[in-house]
Parts: sequence; C-alpha cells; structure tokens
Amino acid sequence: MGKAGCAPVNVAESDTRADVMNEPVGRRFEVLCPTPNILEVLMANHGVLHSMITRRRLLAAASAASVALSRPAWAQKMIDLPLPGGPDGRQITTAFPQKGPMILQRTRPPLLETPFEVFDKGTFTPNDQFYVRWHWALIPTDVETDKFTLTVRGHVNQTLTLSLQDILHGLPRVDLPAVNQCSGNSRGFFQPRVPGGEWANGAMGNALWTGVRLKDVLDKAGVKAGAVQVRFKGLDEPVVADAPHFMKSLDIDHARDGEVMIAYAMNGEQLPLVNGFPLRLVVPGWYATYWVKMLNDIEVLDQPDSNYWTKVAYTIPDTPHASIKPGETGVKMIPINRMVPRSFATNIASGGKVNTAAPVTVRGIAFGGDCGVERVDFSIDRGQSWHQTQLGKDEGKYGFRQWQTQLTLPAPGAYNFLVRCTNSNGVAQPEMPNWNPAGFMRNVTESIDIVAV
Amino acid sequence: MFRKLLPIAVLLGVATTPLVARSATPLELKNVKIDLPDSDQMFPARPGSDAINNNCLACHSADMVLNQPAMSKQAWAAEVNKMINNYKAPIASEDVGTIVDYLTALKGAK
Repeated sequence: MGKAGCAPVNVAESDTRADVMNEPVGRRFEVLCPTPNILEVLMANHGVLHSMITRRRLLAAASAASVALSRPAWAQKMIDLPLPGGPDGRQITTAFPQKGPMILQRTRPPLLETPFEVFDKGTFTPNDQFYVRWHWALIPTDVETDKFTLTVRGHVNQTLTLSLQDILHGLPRVDLPAVNQCSGNSRGFFQPRVPGGEWANGAMGNALWTGVRLKDVLDKAGVKAGAVQVRFKGLDEPVVADAPHFMKSLDIDHARDGEVMIAYAMNGEQLPLVNGFPLRLVVPGWYATYWVKMLNDIEVLDQPDSNYWTKVAYTIPDTPHASIKPGETGVKMIPINRMVPRSFATNIASGGKVNTAAPVTVRGIAFGGDCGVERVDFSIDRGQSWHQTQLGKDEGKYGFRQWQTQLTLPAPGAYNFLVRCTNSNGVAQPEMPNWNPAGFMRNVTESIDIVAV
Repeated sequence: MFRKLLPIAVLLGVATTPLVARSATPLELKNVKIDLPDSDQMFPARPGSDAINNNCLACHSADMVLNQPAMSKQAWAAEVNKMINNYKAPIASEDVGTIVDYLTALKGAK
C-alpha cells in the first residue's frame, strides 16, 4: 500500500515544471490545474464544503498546490522503514524547495522525516535535511522580509509591532544549540500501533539556533501584573475557515526564563521556509509542538489558554513515562512538556554484520532531553551488564552529544546491542517501551540486532 | 554564513573561531518565494472511494492515510470523527459511514 504512487523520475515532466515556474501567476494556475482538479471536484460535488471553505482559502490552496498537482514527477526512490506491521514503504523526495532528500510521510501539509544516516555525520543536523512537520495546509510560500512583522499584544503595557530589522538589530543576539524533536517521533514503533504521523526515529534534529531572547521581547512590551501565559501563533492557516488556528502557550515564568528564544537562523543560515522562516520559537528541552513556526503573533494572557491545541491536543497521561495500558480510560491528561533522554547508534543498523573477535567501533548520538547527557552505556548481554561509552564534545546541554565505543564480539552468532542514555538529572531511558494513544514521548532503550560472522 | 566567512578569516590569517567570526557580521535575511509540491494521488478505487476523495483531500493528501497502520473499524471511526469534531472537516453526515467502511475495508485490522 505504501508503495502506491511511486513513479520513476520523468525528465519531460521536470522540464514542464521548470517552464511553468517562469509563467506569469495567472497562466500558471490555468496551466497546472489538472483534470479532474481535486478542488473543482470538491466544489462541484460538495455544497457544504463550498460554503465553508472560502474562495481565498481555495485559491491559496490551489496556488500552493500548483507545482505537481497532476503527477508525482518528483517521486524518486523508496525506503523501507522497519515499522511493525507496516506499511513500511516511503518515498525519498527531493521535491521540497530548500530541502535535500527527505522521507515523505505526507505531501500536504508536509511531513518530511530526516533519513537516519544523516545523524551519523555529526551533532548538528543540516538545515536541508532537518525534519518538517505542519498541521495545516495553508502555508505562505512568499515571505518578504521588509513586510513581515511580529506583534506582541494582550496583557502588556504597550503593543509592539516589530520588523525583522528591529529583531535582528535592536535586541541582544543569542546562540544556542538545541534538539527539536516532534512529540510523536518514533510513533511508528508503538505496539499496538496508533494513528498519526508514522515516523521512524527521524522526526528530530539538532541545530545552532540564533536569535533573541523571548524575555527581552516581552520586557520591551512590558508584561502587566497578572499575566499567566503567553500564546504563540504563526502564519499558517487551516483550509477550513472555522478549524482551530494552530497556537501554543507557555506559562509566563517559562516564557521569561531567558532561555526561550525567537530564532531567525539555524546553523548560521536563515531558516528554510518549511522549517519556519523567518522566525521560529525555540523552547530548549521541550517538545517541538511548542516551537511555533513562522511566528508572527505573541499574546500575553491573563487567563489560562483554553485553545484546542494547548488544552486538548498534545496532551499526555499524567503517569510515569506518560504510559498507560492500551484501552485504559479515565486517566488524567496534561499538556506534553519536557523531553526525556534518548540515544541511538548511527553507524550500524539492526541486522548489521560485524567480524567476530575483532574490535568494532560503534558510535551514535544521545541527548538528555531537558538537561545534558551524563553518560551513555551499552550492553551486549540483554542488560545484565552495562559498559560506559566515550562521550564526544559537549556542545551545549540541550544539543546532541556523540558517543563512541569499541567492542569485540567473542564468538559468531546473533547479538543484541542495547544503548542507554542517563541524563544529568539522573534520569535513564527505560527498559520497557511506553504506550499512550497519541504515540508520544517514546524513549525506550534502543535495541539493535547484530550478527557476528 | 559559516561558508562565506571562513575563507575570509583564512585569507586575513585571523586565528578565530566560527562563533566569533559569525557574531562580527550580523546575519541578513533574504526574501523567500517557493512553490510547495503537492500530490494528486487519489484513494484506490473501490466502493466508497468517491466519498473519501471528495471529503478528505482538501485538507491533506492521501499519502497520510495510506501510510497509516491497519486499524479496527472502531479506531477508524474515531479518526474520522476526530477530523469532523476537532478539525472541522465538512463531511456530509451521509458520507461518514461510507468513509469508515472504506477505510476498514482498505486498512482494517486483521
């Protein structure tokens, strides 16, 4: 099923696409509307939809959809993700502007996963292979830097409308390495399986974020006494007009802790548009749902945020490891928050073969979650004994840290390599996987099958 | 930024770290205008495919659904109702059962 829609690269189609991009906008729309056009079908067949989706939204969706609506000329090669029960096939796409080869989880709105081999190349994830996750399909694709503004409003002394110049040149600059990880990273490994973005382990990345402190921006506006939360909104919009705009909130003290940032660069470059250009909230140590992309609106609240995305979506069971039994109900739910430690081997995959009785170097990455990495240990006897690995350079407590070890497998046969991070708060990855219906916060000790030959 | 500045630092013989070099020159942002690709993939033709094609593809491409694991009819019904109740998908009430049946037939738990 997952292989449906796979098509070889078609040179003629690529040429058409290039020609089309040089056409005036009006003509482009006409040329690229395929027959039957999904949107025309929707409007003709569905009076309800017609009335609820505005013309502007439809046009915006059609415009955003202009490049390859008719055929996936950009479908190139496939990858198999080892998801229990499948479907395991995914396309590797290079069709997204400013992005290199990515695992295509969903075309619209984009869900693009980082191919795992990227994590073996270093502790910083390149921008063009940093994973992408959007909730709504109306994403502005034309951002002019001299017109963009960030508004700070609500329970403040003075509403601010900041230009990018104001932000880049009017406030102290900060640089911070930090891991951005989707709440549902590794969801595809949950058993029983749960619906959602069926990620393997590549819905995460580490970047050097450059920007300004949220605290400095809030201080400029002057937060009034009685403020309780700060709500963040970006430029993306739902296709259906009355659907909830994506917004997330942080408690006022968290927002003013001096660590939460508004980033205008990652890894020394402006953000790729699909990673949130021009501004993205950076919430070190917290799951990426809070890292609002294309941030253009900050509202200081004097009441707790009751919007859908904060109160209902992205909630976890208030239990150890956010874990419950499948089917269990009546559990108290709370908003997802701090990340937990994880570690991965990056230079050997499950099923890999190594030589018997010869030293083998195994390496990978780890992160502490909401603090640094204290140690990374491995076991080849199913957890009876653990051995410490060597840690690489500490580039910042919220970033990836490399680890490496040498091991010698004494006799031919199958081995199970376990890797476990313990963070600087003393929290270690659990032995057993967690489970919750949303597929959040997986951080079980990773296990790799190795064969010594 | 790194790539542009480092050769300059080398040319001048300046012993400096990338971080220092970077902070010496402020970063400027450039306008971005792109086209995002889309998919015209339809759901596999079988009874109910018109209903799912007409109701579901405005908000998301079909690949999202086709990449989901096999699930029970109850789980598929919960997903469709979540789209309607939480995400305001304007699905005609007479189509809901058809869509759930289609998904269960296509990707039902064994």
